[in-house]
Amino acid sequence: MRFVAKYEQMSTLQDTTNEVLTLAATHFKVPREQLTQDDDFFKKLGINSLQALDLLTRIEQHFHIELPDYELQGVSDFRTLAERIQSRL
Amino acid sequence: MKTFQGKTLSWNWTDGTIELVLDRAPCNEIGSATLPELEKLAEALPELQRESHALIISSARKEGFCAGADLRELYRESQPLAAAERAARLREFLERIHQVMNTIDSAPLTTIAAIQGIAFGGGFELALACDLIVADKTARFCFPELRLGLIPGFGGIPRLKRDLGNALVRDLLLTGRSINASKAQAVGLVSQVVAEGDALRIARSTAAQLKKFDPETAKAAKNFIKPIPFDELRREIDIFCELFERPTVEAGLRKFTESTDPLPYLP
Repeated sequence: MRFVAKYEQMSTLQDTTNEVLTLAATHFKVPREQLTQDDDFFKKLGINSLQALDLLTRIEQHFHIELPDYELQGVSDFRTLAERIQSRL
Repeated sequence: MKTFQGKTLSWNWTDGTIELVLDRAPCNEIGSATLPELEKLAEALPELQRESHALIISSARKEGFCAGADLRELYRESQPLAAAERAARLREFLERIHQVMNTIDSAPLTTIAAIQGIAFGGGFELALACDLIVADKTARFCFPELRLGLIPGFGGIPRLKRDLGNALVRDLLLTGRSINASKAQAVGLVSQVVAEGDALRIARSTAAQLKKFDPETAKAAKNFIKPIPFDELRREIDIFCELFERPTVEAGLRKFTESTDPLPYLP
């Protein structure tokens, strides 16, 4: 656990953004190179509200965090999403 | 009636286990179509449970276990009614769904909710009526009712309070946030977290384990440890009906029904 915590502390926002992009690309089967940090993930991934919750679940599992869904209100781009995650690491 | 095939759900009895499967698009919203079929199960249970040791409730919808009450129908059907008629119909609906939940809650066999995806509002409440919750990794639990100016109306808060600490109940109720399966297990709500797509398989495995025990002993153990909070359930119906009459609720329901927000499920 200490190693995980140490790694998480060292993660930069760019690291987190890249991990989110890879996670989303893998889960929703979109080529990673087609996703950028400024993309609207609803539009780019073609997901609805339930799929967005599914993405939230996978983010929580991947980063070992709790991210209350109200923090996602108004968030639609990967970079802002990564910022919300980063603040929980 | 060992098998039933309805428009919103079905059940099948096999070797002492009743498997109830919810299957109504988009995500098993509970309204005027589902309620009578749940009542059929409640009517059939006294006979079924004589030769059963377990009831498993699951969903055939990939979207999730159950998104709760059918809010669009509630809004659509309550709009043309005068206040008194609207209040009477709402109370009747709540009395009926409470009767179903109480029947499941107090059934002498062991009840297991197998959850994938969302268990929101009434879906969460249905799971809470069960004895055990098996959740796969995609499961999320939430009481988003406050966004509508309401409290949960299918018995959720008294049952959640029965099972968990009051601080967590307040957190879930007052923030309306959803929690994932791991968190739900950590707080004692979920008994087993399993791989994606495995909730029903593990629920069946659990049901098979239950069969090893004397049913009268299991019944006595359940009666001892799982009291039904009837007074609070009754009070919940009253509070829900009082709140429902406020303009805030109509506005909340309209906003939800007409929403183009990409996250209408969130508070």
